[in-house]
Amino acid sequence: MYAFTYHRPETARKATNLVAKVEDAKFLAGGMTLLPTMKQRLAAPTALIDLSTAEDMRGIELKGRNVVIGAMTRHFDVANSTLVKEKIPALADLASMIGDPAVRHRGTIGGSVANNDPAADYPSACLALNATIITNKRKIPADEFFVGLFETALEEGELIVKISFPIPSKAAYEKFRNPASRYAIVGVFVAKKGSEARVAVTGAGSGGVFRPNRLEAALTAKFHPKGLDGLSFPAEGLNTDIHADAEYRAHLIMVITRRAVTKALAK
Amino acid sequence: MPKVSMVVNGKKVSGDIDSRTLLVQFLREELRLTGTHVGCDTSQCGCCVLHVNGSSLKSCTVLALSLEGANVVTIEGLAQDGKLHPMQEAFRENHGLQCGFCTPGMIMAAVDMVNRKGPDMDEATIRHELEGNICRCTGYHNIVKAIADGAQKMGVAPQAAAAE
Repeated sequence: MYAFTYHRPETARKATNLVAKVEDAKFLAGGMTLLPTMKQRLAAPTALIDLSTAEDMRGIELKGRNVVIGAMTRHFDVANSTLVKEKIPALADLASMIGDPAVRHRGTIGGSVANNDPAADYPSACLALNATIITNKRKIPADEFFVGLFETALEEGELIVKISFPIPSKAAYEKFRNPASRYAIVGVFVAKKGSEARVAVTGAGSGGVFRPNRLEAALTAKFHPKGLDGLSFPAEGLNTDIHADAEYRAHLIMVITRRAVTKALAK
Repeated sequence: MPKVSMVVNGKKVSGDIDSRTLLVQFLREELRLTGTHVGCDTSQCGCCVLHVNGSSLKSCTVLALSLEGANVVTIEGLAQDGKLHPMQEAFRENHGLQCGFCTPGMIMAAVDMVNRKGPDMDEATIRHELEGNICRCTGYHNIVKAIADGAQKMGVAPQAAAAE
């Protein structure tokens, strides 16, 4: 890793003030992706702004019909939160499936969402639950936030402060893991709120997380695995790599979506 | 150089370090606590697992500076008064290691697991919880047995885990 200067502000505001002043600075959340990337010298910021002491970026609260989660809240805390388990159990379930216990003790929701890894779990929850990404400057609907591979609507120096999740009536997350890395080859988050069903797929799309419109329409008509009968998913636009080709991923999207719907109905 | 202070195994320590120093480097190279191992250096293998403020962490993927004021427990901090921690004893009795390289991380992950899940974990739970720890010798079987045994012993003698 190349050398950098290190800053540790106590609040989100101090962090964004710093990033405006310090040249070529990067925010450090849990560091579960950034630090390995820096070790490989794929990233070499000249300054790091460590958010781990920004207490105003932590915590989980109920605001009206939304569960609002601070960006620096760890996966472990989301997975074990009584509030999340009661209001959006699918989100707690998803958090409990990220990485391994030690990674969940350090990795954060804001870090995962800002990084937008095409196989990350949280982006699918944001998209399917129609979350709002709240930054130091504005509120961004999830539909406009995830732009492409490792790419988001965040501007230079913009910081995710919290994420607001509307509470669905039914939801579930299922993933098919790569047996070695345990990352999602295909992960599907399904959510039903009112009469509308939303679906988000991670791990499979060549442009990162996406919503399969035809599956959403079918599940809005009938929120049941049988609602998907007769449908298939096209392989165009899906990833092919050494782990799975596009046809296989297309097949898995249908299988995992059915499993997710079954799981959502079981709750 | 920036200065960092923390409590390691109950002792206050501090050092002037390069900002890019990882926690595991600070422990091994500055404090000479070489029980915490570096296996993959990519946060996958779990050889570097230790406890920070009571939770397991991969010390190869955290900056020492981020842990200013933290309470760190390494494998060296488990045994008390020359007596092995019940989990260490269980690994010894159940032959839960061969080459021993992954063992410090396995034991620290195991103690954290018991702290969260209690003494009565079934085999499936233990195997699932070990997702972030890799052993290339044992085939895990005796590690799982050792953890189940150690968990029971910790349950009987919770005071032995007081170093947390």
